[in-house]
Amino acid sequence: MKNFTAKLAISAVIGAGVALSGAFADAAPKRGGTLNYVVGSKIPSYDGHKETTFGMIHPIRPFYSTLIRVNPDNPADPSDFVCDVCEGDVPKGEEGGTKFTFKIRKDVKFHDGTQMTAHDVKATMDKIIFPPKGIPSARKAFFKAVESVNVDNDYQLTMKLKFPTGSFIPALALPFNFIYAKKDLDAHGYTWHTKNINGTGPFKFVQHQKGSFVEGVRNPTYHHKGRPYLDGIKAISAPKLAVRVNAIRGDRAAIEFRGFPPKHRDDLVKALGKKITVQESDWNCVLMATPNHKRKPFDDVRVRKALTLAIDRWGGSKYLSRIAIVKTVGGVVYPQHSFAANESELLKLAGYSKDIKASRAEAMKLLKDAGAVGKTIDFSNRGVDQPYKIVGTWLIDQWKKVGFKVKQRVQPSPQFYATLRKKKDFDVSIDFNCQSVINPIADITKFLTSAGNNYSQGGDAKADALYEKLLRSGDAKEQRALIRQYEKRVLDDASVAFITLWWYKINPHRSYVKGWKIAPSHYLNQHLDNVWLDK
Amino acid sequence: MLNTSEIEVESDFEELSEKRPFFQVFFELIRKQPLGAAGGGIVVLMILMAIFAELLTVFDPELNSLEHMLMPPDDTFWLGTDQFGRDLLTRIIYGARTALLVGFTCAIVGATLGLVLGVASAYFGGMFDLIVQRIVDVVMAFPLIILALAVVATLGPGTQNVIIAITIPFVPQCARVVRSNALAIREIPYVDAARALGFSDMRIILRHMVPNVMAPYLIMLTSFLGQAILLEASLSYLGMGVQEPTPAWGLMLQGGAEEFAESAPWVAIWPGIAISLAVFGFNLFGDSVRDTLDPKLRSR
Repeated sequence: MKNFTAKLAISAVIGAGVALSGAFADAAPKRGGTLNYVVGSKIPSYDGHKETTFGMIHPIRPFYSTLIRVNPDNPADPSDFVCDVCEGDVPKGEEGGTKFTFKIRKDVKFHDGTQMTAHDVKATMDKIIFPPKGIPSARKAFFKAVESVNVDNDYQLTMKLKFPTGSFIPALALPFNFIYAKKDLDAHGYTWHTKNINGTGPFKFVQHQKGSFVEGVRNPTYHHKGRPYLDGIKAISAPKLAVRVNAIRGDRAAIEFRGFPPKHRDDLVKALGKKITVQESDWNCVLMATPNHKRKPFDDVRVRKALTLAIDRWGGSKYLSRIAIVKTVGGVVYPQHSFAANESELLKLAGYSKDIKASRAEAMKLLKDAGAVGKTIDFSNRGVDQPYKIVGTWLIDQWKKVGFKVKQRVQPSPQFYATLRKKKDFDVSIDFNCQSVINPIADITKFLTSAGNNYSQGGDAKADALYEKLLRSGDAKEQRALIRQYEKRVLDDASVAFITLWWYKINPHRSYVKGWKIAPSHYLNQHLDNVWLDK
Repeated sequence: MLNTSEIEVESDFEELSEKRPFFQVFFELIRKQPLGAAGGGIVVLMILMAIFAELLTVFDPELNSLEHMLMPPDDTFWLGTDQFGRDLLTRIIYGARTALLVGFTCAIVGATLGLVLGVASAYFGGMFDLIVQRIVDVVMAFPLIILALAVVATLGPGTQNVIIAITIPFVPQCARVVRSNALAIREIPYVDAARALGFSDMRIILRHMVPNVMAPYLIMLTSFLGQAILLEASLSYLGMGVQEPTPAWGLMLQGGAEEFAESAPWVAIWPGIAISLAVFGFNLFGDSVRDTLDPKLRSR
């Protein structure tokens, strides 16, 4: 066992080393080969502006470009953005941070051979920010500050904001903001891209065998010269975790980009040794427990607070991180961001004390005061093992320790979403907040009363007011302080909804896969133009 | 009115029955049906486990003990622990409750409804029989697991819905077998006599026909027990049955089979053995009941 642990540690160190020493790894990329990778979710449609799942991003993102993107060589840095179809550096805001001018590259071509211009970028941004009625745009709210998108000339674009905000540039770098051709939108309408692909990305779409695979070939006219290194890509659909693990083990696939649980990492390292490289990272994704404020007794803040006080997050982190893709104890902001609460700040919040006995005693007192001792919770959970069912089983145990009785309803994803979003017939539900580009000011909107994805059916007026102030603040120090106040309101004083544990990303992959660097989100760095095979 | 010889035979039979002590009958049964007795032993053991679960183990089947997660079998945890540090032996013992609850409820309700439907179908005949049998044909066209999955997908997971999902496919199966026996009984003169005496249809069905089709009913019932346990385990394994933290064998298997097959194989092995043994036991016992009650097989 010791020997195995030592091997694992060495492999992890090697993996981390390879990941960190990008310059060394990328020194002499080899050309050619096809990257086979497994994807654990289905493709609902090809339209990035509409979809929110990695099931679409992983197979489809390589066919598209975005205006700017997270630096592929430094994806762990939440503030390092580079131009994709724009030229030079990402522009700084002018006129007090309310005007951004982008120079568009002149060498970008759509896969059908037509030239890409600023008009295409404008048409795309208009579709995302100001979609016509009935056209879904999943991230429209991220661009609340945008007033207009204007074309200055064929290769220059200006975006004007109503007020300066630090969340604009990160929102622009979202990997879902695929650039579509204006002529396609004009000729075929706004739903054409749900079933058709015409991008400017590093790979050209070849075929999609539904339920089986998506295939792409190298785009020879790709605007980042010399890239991509691969001849092609093949995204293989494999909903079962065991199938994905065995695909890598048997070298039918080289990598899975979402992440594996720790036990599977250990099994792969044990079986394949140096043939496997492990990259690990904190993940901008968190499981939440959302009480339904419209159902008794959860309309009472004391009962909601008891729910969070019962949870031993520090103990859970220590043990659950061995069996599930969760690890880090944190507040509302991605734990590695400078806006995130540090440990001493966390310890002041309800449910984050390391003295779990005292917390649970307080929870039981609150329940007694509220007349809610021994109440039964109708707990809704999603039928996905990692990490939903594991965290759900752990939460049930935690709540039982303060006297709640818990009846769990585990449902497949469509029914779970229907319960969460439409029926709303739950007492407490597992919920999540998974984002791509780390953008704390945008990421924490989930707790706002008006947020479309706040499923608690409640909120807190004081927190809403704090957020408005935060949105208009241009000073990082002030922003951090406001976030702390907001966090205290939503997690403690008003107990709107609760953070359980932040996810932890573990990507074991074949060591011959080079150039890909783990990011704090499974949505990021998936264009694959920098990946090559050392075979 | 009975004649003298009949009375003598009956009293001889009673005397004979009374004279034989229980243990003699018991051991004779074991000698005649050793496999059935073994099956019966497993069934009895399961029932005892389910009834006396609290006395058999000191651990709580649902309480997490994360510091003991994935412990291999040792002096404290005889069968090891699962990913939440729960004692596997305890969860298997308590899991017998879930298995028996689902098994017996589905088998008894399914077989009994099938019995009533089958006898009624045979007794009334005509259009009623035709319609009932076509419905039975439709339901029986689906494999058991597919039909159960469809019902659970509609109703949602959970013990209660699993019981409904498993019971529904059992009804037509039993109805079809019982009907074929009841058709023969319907032609026996005492049914005509009962009808001539003005007895109601309900009375004729329940008092005169149902008791005479008890043999196929009991055979079906015992065979359903094992099937129901296996189906419950299958549905739970697929995540559509009993939900955490309820101890259930299929659920335990599901939790351990994929993720810990290599690093902690005991998590999946023990519930797998429990399911196999239970189904094996009920099937042996059911076969033995069939052999005893079926006159054709009894004469061999």
